[in-house]
Amino acid sequence: MGMEGIGARVARKEDKRFITGKGRYTDDMVVPGMKHAHFVRSPHAHAKIKSIDTSAAEKMPGVISILNGAQLTEDGIGNIICGWMIHSKDGSPMNMGAWRPLAQDTVRYVGDAVAIVVADSKAQARDAAEAVVVDYETLPVVTSAVDALKDGAPQLHPEAKNNQIFDWEIGDAAATDAAIASAAHVTEMKIVNNRLVPNPMEPRAALGVYDDSDEHYTLWTTSQNPHVARLVLSAFYNVAPENKLRVIAPDVGGGFGSKIYIYPEEIVCLWASKRTGVPVKWNCDRTEAFLTDAHGRDHESTIKMAFDADNNITGFKVDTIANLGAYMSLFSSSVPTYLYATLLSGQYAIPAIHANVRTVYTNTVPVDAYRGAGRPEACYLLERVLETAARELGVTPAALRRQNFIREFPYQTPVIMCYDAGDFDASLDAAMTAIDYDGFPARRAEAESRGKKRGIGISCYIEACGIAPSAAVGSLGAGVGLWESAEVRVNAVGTIEVLTGSHSHGQGHETTFSQLVAERFGVGMDSVSIVHGDTDKVQMGMGTYGSRSGAVGMSAIVKALDKVETKAKKIAAHLMEADESDIVIENGELKVAGTDKSVPWFQMALAAYTAHNLPEGMEPGLKEGAFYDPSNFTFPAGTYICEVEVDPDTGKTTVVDFVAADDFGKIINPMIVEGQVHGGVAQGIGQALLEGTHYDAETGQLLTASYMDYTMPRADDLPSFKVSTTETVCPSNPLGIKGCGEAGAIGSPPALINAITDAIGNNDLTMPATPERVWAALRSAQ
Amino acid sequence: MANVSMTVNGRSVSGQCEDRMLLVQFIRENLGLTGTHVGCDTSQCGACVVHVDGKAVKSCTMLAAQADGSDVTTIEGLASGGELHPVQAAFREHHGLQCGFCTPGMIMSAVDMISRHGGQLDEKTVRAELEGNICRCTGYHNIVKAVLDAASKMGDGAKVAAE
Ligand code: FES
Ligand code: FES
Repeated sequence: MGMEGIGARVARKEDKRFITGKGRYTDDMVVPGMKHAHFVRSPHAHAKIKSIDTSAAEKMPGVISILNGAQLTEDGIGNIICGWMIHSKDGSPMNMGAWRPLAQDTVRYVGDAVAIVVADSKAQARDAAEAVVVDYETLPVVTSAVDALKDGAPQLHPEAKNNQIFDWEIGDAAATDAAIASAAHVTEMKIVNNRLVPNPMEPRAALGVYDDSDEHYTLWTTSQNPHVARLVLSAFYNVAPENKLRVIAPDVGGGFGSKIYIYPEEIVCLWASKRTGVPVKWNCDRTEAFLTDAHGRDHESTIKMAFDADNNITGFKVDTIANLGAYMSLFSSSVPTYLYATLLSGQYAIPAIHANVRTVYTNTVPVDAYRGAGRPEACYLLERVLETAARELGVTPAALRRQNFIREFPYQTPVIMCYDAGDFDASLDAAMTAIDYDGFPARRAEAESRGKKRGIGISCYIEACGIAPSAAVGSLGAGVGLWESAEVRVNAVGTIEVLTGSHSHGQGHETTFSQLVAERFGVGMDSVSIVHGDTDKVQMGMGTYGSRSGAVGMSAIVKALDKVETKAKKIAAHLMEADESDIVIENGELKVAGTDKSVPWFQMALAAYTAHNLPEGMEPGLKEGAFYDPSNFTFPAGTYICEVEVDPDTGKTTVVDFVAADDFGKIINPMIVEGQVHGGVAQGIGQALLEGTHYDAETGQLLTASYMDYTMPRADDLPSFKVSTTETVCPSNPLGIKGCGEAGAIGSPPALINAITDAIGNNDLTMPATPERVWAALRSAQ
Repeated sequence: MANVSMTVNGRSVSGQCEDRMLLVQFIRENLGLTGTHVGCDTSQCGACVVHVDGKAVKSCTMLAAQADGSDVTTIEGLASGGELHPVQAAFREHHGLQCGFCTPGMIMSAVDMISRHGGQLDEKTVRAELEGNICRCTGYHNIVKAVLDAASKMGDGAKVAAE
């Protein structure tokens, strides 16, 4: 490893612009003639639109145009799609209702966009939007998925009877039922996974520019995957042809999944720019973000875990109802199915698993992937039930887990996944040592003496990153391939540009990807530039989500680097009249092994472009591209242990210690990886302790629609984390990388809740474990 | 319409703005200084923190007209002569940022905190005093480290200088 190569703790290249205020986000963009948009949104959760009267609003100062769904339909703009087809267990396809970018006959959640106002200034657009009169006839509302399934519940879409979108299953029902019937012990639980609002700090924004001189469209947007946006905008929404559309996602202020999807506002701003003849910018405010960014989680599950007389797990049965909100968002159907139930084996050898999942429409914001997407929901079930079972069986939670760990790899689970590598004992050991697990009873006693309740909770997670291979996900219903592309351009003077289809919104790609190249060719990181986020510069890509940038994105770069290296060696061998198999690349030089002959990297690059002296028949230039399609998912895993103190008088929980021991495979930059874990754990602690999304059941109003009502984790809600890593190299990609972005959010909620339930002596506790809930659970345990 | 003049990052600026225009809008839209961000509409997130007459202020909570005659420093004005401010350097060194969106506000708040406490900051104080700033990416772990490190490097001199 060099100073800047793989494994080095290098400070980030991108930081300079962020710490000096030079980051450039979508809302910072200004183009000549640009005007501002404000959306007219439904104040009702469910209503018929009887009429829209814009006559007064149109006369207001600065107003250029007010457009609604009728005009959108006139121009043939398509419905918002769901990109993953799931079939019910009876073979029928999803019962999908239409989602119009601007609602036309019916609105189905508070915040559903009805019209767009374009005006000279933001304030004028907002003023005029207030003056648009929409005549609504309100309809009955349902916000809970369980209620929505009941007979007589308000119906959202005619296509979905009883609001059920699909009724899907995976695993072996008969074998699982048999295991439960013959079990020595069965632990049963009802578990809710609370709905979350992703809340990246940068609110979503879009700037659509139509240039009629060459019929070309440009969209600046806060997206995690500009290429997918371009594909969907052209192929499905009919906004612009793909060859006439450039999508740019510049600096993006966090995504956490919520910026994967293509939202109505992006479609409408681009379309409105053509319709009005001016560039149209929209930037949402925070309440608008609460109302319209795709939410995450929202499951209710009934589970049973069966054990034999020796405490071996013999079966696991799961029945889940997943709330998908008012419409189906881009990946929403995959989250509670293939991204969730395929992880229900966790780190354990479970002979029989069966999961049944029903997805449901309700009058709430559409739900889609949020950090971890399905895996946190699976992990939460498993790790809560194991901890509870251990208490019921009278064994320690660590021992029960350890006894059931998978130890032989590859391991085929009963729910599709084939784990390629792992060492679950290693991370459990590391975490137990880091938190001084054995010393806990003494700490508990000491806390008791101060009148406090102390608890410790374990969570052993496994997850699947870098969704793959394309053929496999295609056979499961995915509408896209999940490869990644890269291009490596060596310039004539030897500096290197890497074009990648993955997108960075905080993950530090400019640094880690540069480290990879620096390591390979022995050049300085400063000679490497990473280009991403612009469909005109990078030809193809699939973006960043599911921790795919390392395992998939960097693997594509590796493939392109391999090709560059091969050609570079050929050129160098020719220049030095040596055999190409004798050429080695070291410290920015191409050397003939075992001799003192060498050519500097830059000189070889120059030779490629002067083309005065290349091997017979060789094309000039040194630029190679590659696509990489992974052969398997990657499986990061680890153990999180949390220690809490509960004040029995107030119910307030304090996290006194938190350790994370992760196995991410090979690590490029440990500093960045630790940062990803910190952020993920903070979001997981947020889910467990603080963050709750509440709708009024009668009216469907979102009661938590600002930072005054939705509790975001702040610095003094969180401890300093102790993080460490163990390493089993991932055999499924050339770098041995597994991915680290989501682990923290997956592993931490059960550790927290297990710790609190341990402290209060009551297994029945729902997230977020607010002081009020903990206090009540403590009372009912006494 | 109000006519406002102020000094921003050492430069005198003036302009016409609507009475309702917020200071953050004036900074971002009229002056084109986009380092100051807007993350919320309830003065809760701190992405918009700037210094007005030497004190940290949420620029989404102040009208541009109220800042008339003031001396304003934004994130763009913190580094002097190409040298990073010690707090900026500490954020980079300790990986106190990821997406960078909360970062300008965080840094401006941290500078203010250090100017009030000098080198005597401890973790508890830093965590308590960051209550007005939300970061969704970092879990604060490294932000706290960065602030503590910058405080110890700047020492009590920072405090004296601010008074
Ligand atoms: S934008 Fe000022 S506090 Fe959020
Ligand atoms: S670095 Fe992204 S919000 Fe703080």
